Amino acid sequence: MEQIIGVTGDLFRTAANLLFLTAQGEDVEYEPGLFRDTVDWISRRSDMLLELMLEHLWLVILTLIIAVVISVTVGIIISYYESFAQTVLGVCQVLMVIPSMAMLAFMVPLFGIGFTTGVMALVLYSLLPIVRNTYTGIRELDPAIVEAAKGMGMTERRILFKIKIPLARPVIMAGVRTAAVMMIGIAAIAAYVGAGGLGELIFSGISRGHQPMIIAGAIGVSIIAIAFDYLLYYGEKRFSVEGRTKEG
Amino acid sequence: MIKLEGLSKVFPGHNIPAVKDLNLEINEGDVCVLVGPSGCGKTTTMKMINRLYEPTGGKIYIRGEDALQMDPIKLRLDIGYVIQEIGLFPHMTIEENIATVPNEKQWPKDETKQKVSEVMTLVGLDPKVFKDRYPSALSGGQRQRVGVARAMVSDPPIMLMDEPFGAVDPITRARLQNEFLRIQERMGKTIVFVTHDIDEAIKMSDTIAVMREGELVQHATPSDLLSAPADEFVSNLVGRNRSIKRLHLIRINEILDEVDRAKPASEDAKIGEVEKQIEESDIRSVIVVDKDNKLKGVIGVSDLKRKSGEVAGDYCQDVTDTITSDATLNDALSVMLECGEGYVAVVNEDDQYQGTITLGDLLNVVKEEG
Repeated sequence: MEQIIGVTGDLFRTAANLLFLTAQGEDVEYEPGLFRDTVDWISRRSDMLLELMLEHLWLVILTLIIAVVISVTVGIIISYYESFAQTVLGVCQVLMVIPSMAMLAFMVPLFGIGFTTGVMALVLYSLLPIVRNTYTGIRELDPAIVEAAKGMGMTERRILFKIKIPLARPVIMAGVRTAAVMMIGIAAIAAYVGAGGLGELIFSGISRGHQPMIIAGAIGVSIIAIAFDYLLYYGEKRFSVEGRTKEG
Repeated sequence: MIKLEGLSKVFPGHNIPAVKDLNLEINEGDVCVLVGPSGCGKTTTMKMINRLYEPTGGKIYIRGEDALQMDPIKLRLDIGYVIQEIGLFPHMTIEENIATVPNEKQWPKDETKQKVSEVMTLVGLDPKVFKDRYPSALSGGQRQRVGVARAMVSDPPIMLMDEPFGAVDPITRARLQNEFLRIQERMGKTIVFVTHDIDEAIKMSDTIAVMREGELVQHATPSDLLSAPADEFVSNLVGRNRSIKRLHLIRINEILDEVDRAKPASEDAKIGEVEKQIEESDIRSVIVVDKDNKLKGVIGVSDLKRKSGEVAGDYCQDVTDTITSDATLNDALSVMLECGEGYVAVVNEDDQYQGTITLGDLLNVVKEEG
């Protein structure tokens, strides 16, 4: 682990220097102090930045796993109980529109300060996109496919696992991607309740009035978000039906 | 084999029953076609047989057993099911699709594989070519064949088919129908077939059950239905041109022997002889075949002037379309009308010439039967 951090830290430093040099070479107008200070800060504190990025990543991944398990289960259940579905989706919607600061504040009396609180709040936020996509993904399957399966004598359980879930997977995965990217942003705010991650950098930057720290934190969050979206997108594409149907 | 007794279905929230006190008996090995306008309850009736819909009243007996007391999953596994939309699973290969029921029944893998390739061959899909493809790579007609293969793979004694050939073009439909009838002749399954197309009903059925507004109006053989419709509704359904509909009931091979027609000319016959043959022929043309009796072409009066040469082969024109002898007379009529000719050449599967059917032959049949 230490080694990985060390190597990646070097990479960061080189990248920052390159960027700095290129920027210097071109006659671009920018606030010279802030840019240089940021690059400078990143290259000096790259170890810390990386550590915080990993912490951030861990928070997001753990939350995502919990959220997927809960949301997909709920989504499947409500796909069988139509009358129930709108209520559940409504509740998820309400959860999602609560401002993140308020949500975190609600969580503190329940779970105290720290990582758990952050995870809990993030899970609640990510329910809606995954639950909704699981539900619509299953409901909007071609009814003929489900009817054929049922008519041939497949049990409801087998239809769910062999037909419905595999076919709804691209839609479910789109929901997971939405949730993941959203969560990466909100996770930064979770530092407020001591959940750790890049938010720490941003918050202490704000309180100290140290702009390079804020920018470094924001860059870290963006990198994670883009990388996550990309990975989930291509991961899904590789396993998707379209990928396999091209030539059989 | 299948006996429906006082069967009724009222959907929740509806006052009018979809099916009302229906009594119907289908003999083993028969194709019974349920026909009627949309909303007449024919699909509902069919879906009650495999209990996709639970009847609200009445009894269903399958081989004397009360189907309503059986485990619906077990019941369905022994009833083949084909629907118009086919409902192939897009994420599975053709082989996996067809193996659905064997997998549910947990057959051994080898047996499943073998049976799948058998049934694919039966419906005219080469297993080597198609088994690893996905449904999206198939044409409409091929998908429909997969649908039928999937329903037949475990050799169920009963099959339910809901407008199975409804979604393909007329030419493919006629071909699928003929293939299906050929398969059915060998398999002798008990089939409940739903359609709104009376022509298809007449062609496919051993018996036809005409339904209207949830009630059975008449259950009879196609021939009886045409000659003695029970009421105005049925006679309107079968339509005015009943004589033409009879053409659905007769296959070409049934009349081919009776038709007395000049022999085909071989491709190396002297043109002088062929000319005489054409003069005598009632269609003013002569069919030309090669050594293996394979169809080579046709020579008409005009071809004699237009071309030159010594033997028949030099004069012959390609034939636009042919027909196989297991097609119906109605199919033959369609081909004639499409090609704008007064005759059609009949060939077997190897393209060998079997005879010629003319419009005059069709007229004679209609006259005799009518």
